[in-house]
Amino acid sequence: MKKIILGLLCTVALGAATLSTNGYQVGDTAEDFSLMGVDDQEHSLADYEDANGFVVIFTCNHCPYSVAYEDRIIALHAKYGEDYPVIAINPNDPVSYPSDNFENMKLRAEEKGFKFDYLFDDGQQVFPKYGATKTPHVFLLDKDLKVQYIGAIDNSTEESDVSKTYLADAIESLRDGETPKVTSTKAIGCGIKVAKQ
Amino acid sequence: MKWLILSVVLGFSSRTVQTNTVKVYDKFSEFESDYLLNLSSDTTYVINFWATWCAPCVKELPYFEQLRAAHKDKPFKVVLVSLDFKSKVESSVIPLIAKKEIESEVVVLADGKASEWIDLVDSTWSGAIPATLVMKNSKRYFYEKSYESYKELEEDILKSK
Repeated sequence: MKKIILGLLCTVALGAATLSTNGYQVGDTAEDFSLMGVDDQEHSLADYEDANGFVVIFTCNHCPYSVAYEDRIIALHAKYGEDYPVIAINPNDPVSYPSDNFENMKLRAEEKGFKFDYLFDDGQQVFPKYGATKTPHVFLLDKDLKVQYIGAIDNSTEESDVSKTYLADAIESLRDGETPKVTSTKAIGCGIKVAKQ
Repeated sequence: MKWLILSVVLGFSSRTVQTNTVKVYDKFSEFESDYLLNLSSDTTYVINFWATWCAPCVKELPYFEQLRAAHKDKPFKVVLVSLDFKSKVESSVIPLIAKKEIESEVVVLADGKASEWIDLVDSTWSGAIPATLVMKNSKRYFYEKSYESYKELEEDILKSK
């Protein structure tokens, strides 16, 4: 009997270890963070007092997929931002991608007129906790920071071909007090570049 | 003699055509049927997913070229699957193949509905590139990573059997 319990404990421990290396799964509660935004202010999720949830999007300047989605991200924030603000986070190592450095983030935000906060994961501590692997990579959180949806914004990089608006649907479910029907999707993105040790 | 000249000309022209065009797949199902299914059991297939705008992808292309050259007398096939947008094939993909002198087979997978096909390549793939699929004897090995050296790539290929 003891052996069985020990075996079970080991399995649980292994499971936990796997989870922590892979980042958040749907149902997990996200940790808050404090990151510098292009407005030169530190931002934490706790600061958004009126929010009913958060659209956390790991994105960046250099990646064509991120660029292809910029206008759609702007539109999502315009439509849902009052309740579910977009929190854009650039997770890339700025040495590997100079176009993703903080100054260039400011330039891009200015050029495109981002109305949402665009934060820099300086030191690359936040994206591994989420388990973000690429840009863009979306994590929809509810008011209690519980992860409700992970994945893609919609089902086509070419905006004219979109037939499924996964993220907008998930936000609307939350807004209506329901659980999103589709909780996880995938899209091609640019692998996040980690700084060399 | 006339036939010989004709075949030389034909041979030359078809080769020219090959280097100036790349097959573009609009539908994943067609790409899948050509490259992921109906495989020969004796062959090792190395399928690399990349794009011209992806710096770590472009950096590792020479390692895949080296891999192909090292196995050219064996049942071994390297396919470089570009995920570039269709509009960039002429302006980016083809010039890069020429510039890097890539001899491996290159195709463009331009099916934008990736959410519907990523899992069909590998269920563990998050969708980040570069990524490499190795197939041998109906077994599949998937590596969502970038290679910093030929040795690293070779080690993963050796592991995949």
